[in-house]
Amino acid sequence: MNPPLGPSPATPAETATPAADGIGARLLRLSRMTAVRLSLLYFVVFTLFSVFLVVLVSHDAARIMSDQLHEAIDADVTNLEEQYHAGGLMRMLVTLDELGRRPDAGLFYVVDTAGNPIAGNVAELPPAAIADTDDAPHPLDYVRFENGREVGRLALVRTIVLDNGFRVLVGRDLGERDRFRAVVRRAFRAIVVMMILLGGATWLFLSRRVMRRIDQVSATSSRLVAGDLSGRLPVTGSGDEFDRLAVSLNSMLARIAELMGGVKSVSDAIAHDLKTPLTRLRNRAEAALNDPDPAAAHTALEAVIDESNALIRTFDALLMISRVEAGAALSNVAEIDLEALAEEVVDLYEPVAEEAGGTLELVECYQKYVVKGNRELIAQALVNLVDNALKYGRRDGAAPDVKIWIEQNAETVTLSVMDDGPGVPEADRARIFERFTRLEASRNAPGSGLGLALVAAVVRLHKGEIAVEDLAPGLMVSMRLPK
Amino acid sequence: MRILIVEDDREAASYLVKALKEAGHVVEHAADGEEGAHAVSTSTYDVVVMDRMLPKRDGLSIVLEMRTRGDVTPVLVLSALGQVDDRVDGLRAGGDDYLTKPYAFTELLARVEALARRARPGEVETTYRVGDLVLDRLAHSADRGGEEIVLQPREFRLLEYLMKNAGQVVTRTMLLENVWDYHFDPQTNVIDVHMSRLRAKIDKGQAKPLLHTVRGAGYMIREPAK
Repeated sequence: MNPPLGPSPATPAETATPAADGIGARLLRLSRMTAVRLSLLYFVVFTLFSVFLVVLVSHDAARIMSDQLHEAIDADVTNLEEQYHAGGLMRMLVTLDELGRRPDAGLFYVVDTAGNPIAGNVAELPPAAIADTDDAPHPLDYVRFENGREVGRLALVRTIVLDNGFRVLVGRDLGERDRFRAVVRRAFRAIVVMMILLGGATWLFLSRRVMRRIDQVSATSSRLVAGDLSGRLPVTGSGDEFDRLAVSLNSMLARIAELMGGVKSVSDAIAHDLKTPLTRLRNRAEAALNDPDPAAAHTALEAVIDESNALIRTFDALLMISRVEAGAALSNVAEIDLEALAEEVVDLYEPVAEEAGGTLELVECYQKYVVKGNRELIAQALVNLVDNALKYGRRDGAAPDVKIWIEQNAETVTLSVMDDGPGVPEADRARIFERFTRLEASRNAPGSGLGLALVAAVVRLHKGEIAVEDLAPGLMVSMRLPK
Repeated sequence: MRILIVEDDREAASYLVKALKEAGHVVEHAADGEEGAHAVSTSTYDVVVMDRMLPKRDGLSIVLEMRTRGDVTPVLVLSALGQVDDRVDGLRAGGDDYLTKPYAFTELLARVEALARRARPGEVETTYRVGDLVLDRLAHSADRGGEEIVLQPREFRLLEYLMKNAGQVVTRTMLLENVWDYHFDPQTNVIDVHMSRLRAKIDKGQAKPLLHTVRGAGYMIREPAK
């Protein structure tokens, strides 16, 4: 029976490449994969680092070993010289014989003036080997008896000349150093093999685990690009970086979907709110065309112009909101006396209130209220609030009673418009500042549904806050503007 | 009156030329910036209508050049941009009035007429007369047929502006800009309410009304037809 096959290193590449691709394309794609690049990078970096470490350590170790050899040789030389001076040639030879019999014995060889060997523990050396006297040891090939056989070896040797003309060669075998070098070479090979295995493992891990999730992300985003905003990235629950990334991308997607929904509902609202008057316009024009009475046709045309003006006004309001919302920096900023501004608005709208049998008044101010801002925009925001209050802030059949109230604290000035109407249901309070919001209660009243949206945009532009409060009875809308 | 229209939009320009000619003016048309600059430097006009974005040369630079030369011909600047700042830029460059594209032709015609009237040389009028209606700008009083009309300060300014442009259409936007200094359009026709009040004070009980509503355009105060 064959043992079950483990995953071969080729598996990730195969899963990542459609089978239809040619070998070249497959390799090209493989080289583009981040996993491959990363594994290669790890492989090269780790290998270089390991090699550097091994070279450093072996170089140092070799140097220490070499120093030790030199010291041992020097010690033997010193010892033999001392023995020679103390007891002559014979005593030195005895010592030499003793040293030569030790287990870690060095190399000893003595020749007379004629060059004939007289003592030593090595086979005969060529005369040239001991021809020179030197202070620094040098390498030398020699033959040694081991278990009755002659073995060619390499040694580090030094030669001295005694005062009777005899020459003494002292050396140490270099076998140990060679064995160490062999160990280092083996280590090198092991490192390379291990690095290849590690690189492969990294590639396997990255491509199978990490790249799979990245592929999921790109697959989801292609779905999103294709227009399916419902797609979400998978969250494994492990809480790793990928999960965190997926969670934040998912919340971003949710926000985008929400914004897209908002844009859609605004464009739906625009389409709906503009289609009605446009249809009315068309019907009137048609009726005028078919009316045989020229005077009636003329009247109808005038009505068409009025209707168009209302439409243009709605578009102007929409454009104005967009401009205010786009205006990151406020223009024409000046210090505005809010009392004077409110008085102007009262002056403009008082006749409208009186026409409806109601009142509009500015609650008396005892202080100066000054904010920095754009006069036109703040005036328009207040005009819209007053306009709204006069239109919707009245109970059935009752006259509107609208008040403007200004108050301030250290940082802000609050401009409020109060009516005594039916108010706005709690659930609708946030919605009233959106474009084209027309509450059921005011469906049939004239208006574009854009007034409060502009107020909100102006307040946001001035970094202020807008608040709605139920006065029971009545409604108070406040613009809090920073000083 | 000689009027120069510097406008590259052929259709708009030809309509304006036709409408202004029908109103009895002499109209010339320049289709690009260089032509316009040449025209204002070689001839004199009573009013210039200058599009801001023109081929070959920017409209505002022509206005600036005119003012540097000491040419005080009133200029109405037209712009497609229509931001609050654009208006300020236009007026700063020396324009006398500013209108955003797309505009209603009646609005533009009314403004051209108003500019021409403003520039008309002559003594500073201290009294305006329309029929038997008299407005004394120094005494801040008005009367009709010798009978005093009591006016609120705002009503006085409204009537003053209308009488200054007597015989010509004054649009609601012009009233908002000149009487209230508001360059936006309230959603409700507040001007109509003010006008009906003013009308009640001026024309009520009179055989010949002076204040007229021009449908689709605005208002006009004029002499009663003989």
